Amino acid sequence: MKAIKDFLSSLMLGEFIKGLTLTGRYLFARKITVLYPEEKTPRSPRFRGMHALRCYENGEERCIACKLCEAVCPALAITIELEEKEDGTRRTTRYDLDQNKCIFCGLCEESCPVDAIVETAENEYVGFQKSDLYFTKEMLLAVGDRYEQEIANAREADAKYR
Amino acid sequence: MIGQIFSTIHDVGWLAAVKFYGQHWLGSMWPLTWTMVKIMCIVMPVMGLMAFLTLWERKVVGWMHVRLGPNRVGPAGLLQPVADGLKLLFKEVIIPEKADKIIYLLGPVLVLAPALAAWAVIPFGPEVVLADLNAGLLYIMAILSVCVYGVIAAGWASNSKYAFLGALRAAAVMVSFGIAMGFVLVIVLMVSGSLNLVDIVNGQNSGWFRDRGLNFLSWNWLPLLPMFVVYIICAIAETGRLPFDVIEGESEIVGGHMVEYSGMAFAMFFMAEYANMILLSTTASVLFLGGWLAPIGGLGWIPGWIWLVLKSFFLVSVFIWIRATFPRYRYDQIMRLGWKIFIPLTLVYLVVIAVWMQTPWNIWR
Repeated sequence: MKAIKDFLSSLMLGEFIKGLTLTGRYLFARKITVLYPEEKTPRSPRFRGMHALRCYENGEERCIACKLCEAVCPALAITIELEEKEDGTRRTTRYDLDQNKCIFCGLCEESCPVDAIVETAENEYVGFQKSDLYFTKEMLLAVGDRYEQEIANAREADAKYR
Repeated sequence: MIGQIFSTIHDVGWLAAVKFYGQHWLGSMWPLTWTMVKIMCIVMPVMGLMAFLTLWERKVVGWMHVRLGPNRVGPAGLLQPVADGLKLLFKEVIIPEKADKIIYLLGPVLVLAPALAAWAVIPFGPEVVLADLNAGLLYIMAILSVCVYGVIAAGWASNSKYAFLGALRAAAVMVSFGIAMGFVLVIVLMVSGSLNLVDIVNGQNSGWFRDRGLNFLSWNWLPLLPMFVVYIICAIAETGRLPFDVIEGESEIVGGHMVEYSGMAFAMFFMAEYANMILLSTTASVLFLGGWLAPIGGLGWIPGWIWLVLKSFFLVSVFIWIRATFPRYRYDQIMRLGWKIFIPLTLVYLVVIAVWMQTPWNIWR
């Protein structure tokens, strides 16, 4: 009996019609495509993108050259050289971050005691050569200046979960 | 002179005026020229439709995948086929070193030419047909089987094992489904009693439903529904599209007979596939869906070719729909479907229809 039923169902293209109905329904379904440059998916405030060095409001660098980030960096992407200022504080003379090496793990940001090195939500940056992605201290400070407001907002949004 | 031409156009209509002045100026060359013009009038729109069919296919398949499909080139992606065409035009046609160069270059031509040549007998209206052949149906069957020579030539001349395997498969699939398709056409021939496509369409323009204004129920598709489905499936197999695309078989034989082709030579295979799709769905509309006839009584004022285009468009979309739905058949399953199912099925239906036509309930008198 079942064999006859199966035979008739395959002769009447039963499963084909089932399949066609399904795809026919999806023809009119809402499309899930995100038109990328115009539309973007929502992003967490913890997003780890391009790095930045922050400053205090009075323009003083936050970084105290403790070298924790350099030590913790699993990709060895950070190179720091330092000197002692006349007022006795430690300051970096060199803070290089090689974005070619960086794996965006966020450990530098986590280890920083003064929130100096942070990662912005910016991920749309490219370079035509490898050296374009070698970030010096000046570049990182400039990024920090430029994204200060966004960084502060992201930190505030995330503060209650930390 | 100009004034005289205008007054002629005014007196006899512009078509008659063109014919008159063509005869007048070109003399014995005129019949040839006029046929060329008519061929252009059919081939050019078909070429254009082919290009936009690729876009339509990508769009529909995309929508069925819950995607948007191409939408970057031009408004809503409408210029995508132009971009694709330009890209292929500027690419080099690479000829493999060990290939048989003449046959290699002849292959794509042999595939595309029949797909365009078959349009000669397609009627776009009661009077609008390039060649009103009495053996139109036979002509279409003959022309469709010429396509396979191009594929075999391409596969052989490429001197590549994948291309050769693809050509063998193409030959096997086209032959086995060609037989079933032939039987379907025989049934249509039996029902309408004519090989002339115009007569076949006119034959569908009568019957119980037509007298009550429901023309579309009087067409061949309803009494011949199983054959209509068989025809569609055979048409998909003949064009070598999913779910019967073992001919291409990207995952096994990396593109079948077109592996070695690039640039415009490849584009011609591509165009042939889409031209065949349009041709076979137009043929299906003529044979089963009443060609240029309006589906409902009161709509006769809309020009016939619009109905034909709409019906073919629907069938082409069904082709795409099927492509987006089913996975590829295994090769032996295709052969089983062709030889063990379709040929017996069409033969049985042939007998059924033949017996039906001998009974008092014959609806095709």
